[in-house]
Amino acid sequence: MTSDPTSAGPLLELHGITKAFPGVLANDRVDLELRAGEVHALLGENGAGKSTLISILSGMYRPDAGEIRFQGREVEIDSPRAAIELGIGTVYQHLTLVPTLSVLENLMLGSHGGTGRLDLASANDRFAELARLLGVDFASGARAGALALGQQQQVEIMKALWRQGSRVLILDEPTSMLTPQGYEELRRELEHLKDGGLAVVLITHKLHEAIELGDRVTVLRAGRKVGSLAPDDLRGRSESELSARIVEMMFGEQAAELADAVEVEAAPAARESPRRELGAVALRVRDLALDADDGVVGLSGVGLEVRAGEIVGIAGVDGNGQRELAELIAGQRRPRRGEVLLFDEDVTRLGVREREARGLRYVTDDRLGEGTVGDLDVAMNAVLKRIGRAPFWRGGTERREEIDRFAEGLVDRFDVRTPSVQTRIATLSGGNVQKLLLAREFAGEPRAVVFNKPTHGLDVRTAEFVREQIREAAGAGLAALVISTEIEELVDLCDRIAVMSRGEVTGEVENSPGVEERIGALMVARAGAGVPAGSAS
Amino acid sequence: MSDLLSQDFLTALIAGGLVAAVPLLYASLGELVAEQAGVLNVGLGGYMLLGAFLAFVITYNTGSEWLGMLAGIVAGAAGALVMAVLCVRMNLDQIVIGIAILLVAEGATSLLHGAAYAESRPSLGSPSELAIPGLKEIPILGESLFSQNAIVYIGIALAFVVGWVLKRTSAGLSIRAAGERPEALDAAGVSVTATRTWATLCAGGLAGLGGAYLVIVGAGSFTPFITQGSGFIAIVIAMLSRGRAPWTIVGAVLFGLSLSVATALQLIGVNIQTDYVQMLPFVVVIVVLVLFARRSYLPSALALPYVRGEK
Repeated sequence: MTSDPTSAGPLLELHGITKAFPGVLANDRVDLELRAGEVHALLGENGAGKSTLISILSGMYRPDAGEIRFQGREVEIDSPRAAIELGIGTVYQHLTLVPTLSVLENLMLGSHGGTGRLDLASANDRFAELARLLGVDFASGARAGALALGQQQQVEIMKALWRQGSRVLILDEPTSMLTPQGYEELRRELEHLKDGGLAVVLITHKLHEAIELGDRVTVLRAGRKVGSLAPDDLRGRSESELSARIVEMMFGEQAAELADAVEVEAAPAARESPRRELGAVALRVRDLALDADDGVVGLSGVGLEVRAGEIVGIAGVDGNGQRELAELIAGQRRPRRGEVLLFDEDVTRLGVREREARGLRYVTDDRLGEGTVGDLDVAMNAVLKRIGRAPFWRGGTERREEIDRFAEGLVDRFDVRTPSVQTRIATLSGGNVQKLLLAREFAGEPRAVVFNKPTHGLDVRTAEFVREQIREAAGAGLAALVISTEIEELVDLCDRIAVMSRGEVTGEVENSPGVEERIGALMVARAGAGVPAGSAS
Repeated sequence: MSDLLSQDFLTALIAGGLVAAVPLLYASLGELVAEQAGVLNVGLGGYMLLGAFLAFVITYNTGSEWLGMLAGIVAGAAGALVMAVLCVRMNLDQIVIGIAILLVAEGATSLLHGAAYAESRPSLGSPSELAIPGLKEIPILGESLFSQNAIVYIGIALAFVVGWVLKRTSAGLSIRAAGERPEALDAAGVSVTATRTWATLCAGGLAGLGGAYLVIVGAGSFTPFITQGSGFIAIVIAMLSRGRAPWTIVGAVLFGLSLSVATALQLIGVNIQTDYVQMLPFVVVIVVLVLFARRSYLPSALALPYVRGEK
């Protein structure tokens, strides 16, 4: 951070960057310009080519064509090391800390590339310096894996700035794991860093973040730059005016029809949801407890109720026990204590199949892992949970026509874009795989469904389709439990929202305008401490 | 059974145990480094055999035990180079290639030995160059503990040096990151491939040295399959050490003693079928694994190839 913020020219320029992967043109002649003391927001949907572009900037990929200029001089960034030497630091979306190493060890990783003795004294000095800048509150000797996600991200930012003379900081979807409070903190940190003369690239798929945090905005769509806003364009205009302009860039002609869906992503606002008729308590979990283990978050005293026709949300930063809770309800795990009731029947001791037969379903967030078998075709994936059962199997032999007919029904109803049901599912896009998963779990007579991050990574249109399906099903009497890390989405969808933190339900709120702030407070609370648990407002 | 505590028995047990422990110590130390970097050497026993055979050939022909030891390191590292090229550079499956290397090493050394030495069955005589004078005058322990040669003391010192390198140097940091989260190392601008290659070669060289010791000091001759599963025992020791190198000493001595019980028992005339006694080390492996299974921690990226940009 030794650069001079007053220097007039751009610090880093990308011209005509093109990168193709087999079957996809990820970047098509993209230009980008970074200036010292500015945050440049790079906006686009999943798959628009943002990550590819910053991978090129950070030396992970090499472009097929185009040039990169650093302070006017053409440079070649052919390895992560070359990027680091130019002073380009990157914070990747999927954190790249080594969990078993200490914070300081993570920071020193590769710091001088040599093989010599580690210089702990000067490393600690540098840590203290950056800790002041970013306002961190953990020790340099702490194990990285033991830190909260927000803190881990701070370590990542420190790592990106570790070398003296950092000029460019790239942040890939930095808010995806932050609470609303963490977001405010990031915003303050960015101000500090800009004052220090750093050029920041902020990658995001959320419109309001781009407008709030960016001094300059570039919009990518399908690998191409489709528009940009200079600081002059951003100043002195209202947020809604800017949103409208950007939405048009992002979606072109379809902008109008998508206005509703974009609203959810852009400006969080509780919308009037039609009141549904609530029935009996469909799903009830009482006092569920699970022991923490390698990679498993422990749960304690988790209790919830979902009525027929009700949509209940579970908010919380990723990795606070949501997945474990979902798996306990689905029957994929056994609790240490507590029970799961389905319409007052105790199903705690039943396996996945028996629970499913009783109408309890689970839509996993791990679509490609536990959700589907990539090498099998769409049809076989559609009956994945019914292998061996009639009418798809009889006497141990598969009945292909039955399976295909069933799969075609699902594909039709949920508008899954696939050449045929004999296509290998691994070749489908994430959105289409998710549609098939939903179709599969909605088939038959589900009475209660747990959705784990149902719209994660989907484009705006598919995400809205998924939400609409959940709403419709609830209208028809389904009890839905929706886990999501996006508060806006839960506010849009749910009747009630429970918040999980560190394996406990820290509170539950009725959905009403302005509820986001309370949810944010509960996300960092511990059960029974500070914020009163139980329903409010 | 009072013989069990006699001086003869104890001397034989401890001395034999240490001789058996040294190859395990070197091999497990090398394997520990490779595992920390994310490479599982199922063919560790193969590197030992290659080292043992070449060390035998060189020592027999030159008369120099030190040259033999050096040859052991080179042969073991050559075996590991195959592993590094196929698994680290070309990302083939570590388990499959490891098994292949073990089988090839077993076959090749048996064949070569059969062709060259099956008739003459030469032996090397007791090692002389490696001894350190003066220590063996102390009773009981003097004979067994201190009449050891330089290789033993080097090995013990090496365990502490490796521990220090892993913990306190940037090379050690890179090695640990390569096994735990290679993408983090890559993003930090350090080559995962180079780090893993060096760690694998280190495993090969040290295992080869262990094999050389087995032949030159332990047996005094090469016989086919002389390592008798030591490679696998060394892998277990490395796993149980959880990345802390000095623990390999404890593991190696424990398993070394269980290997030497057989010889010691025969020495005092207790007659148990050798087949039973030779099972002992492996029974110990199973018991130790059952008792300490929770203790063993394997790096997250162990045996997984690293390809940039793939999850």
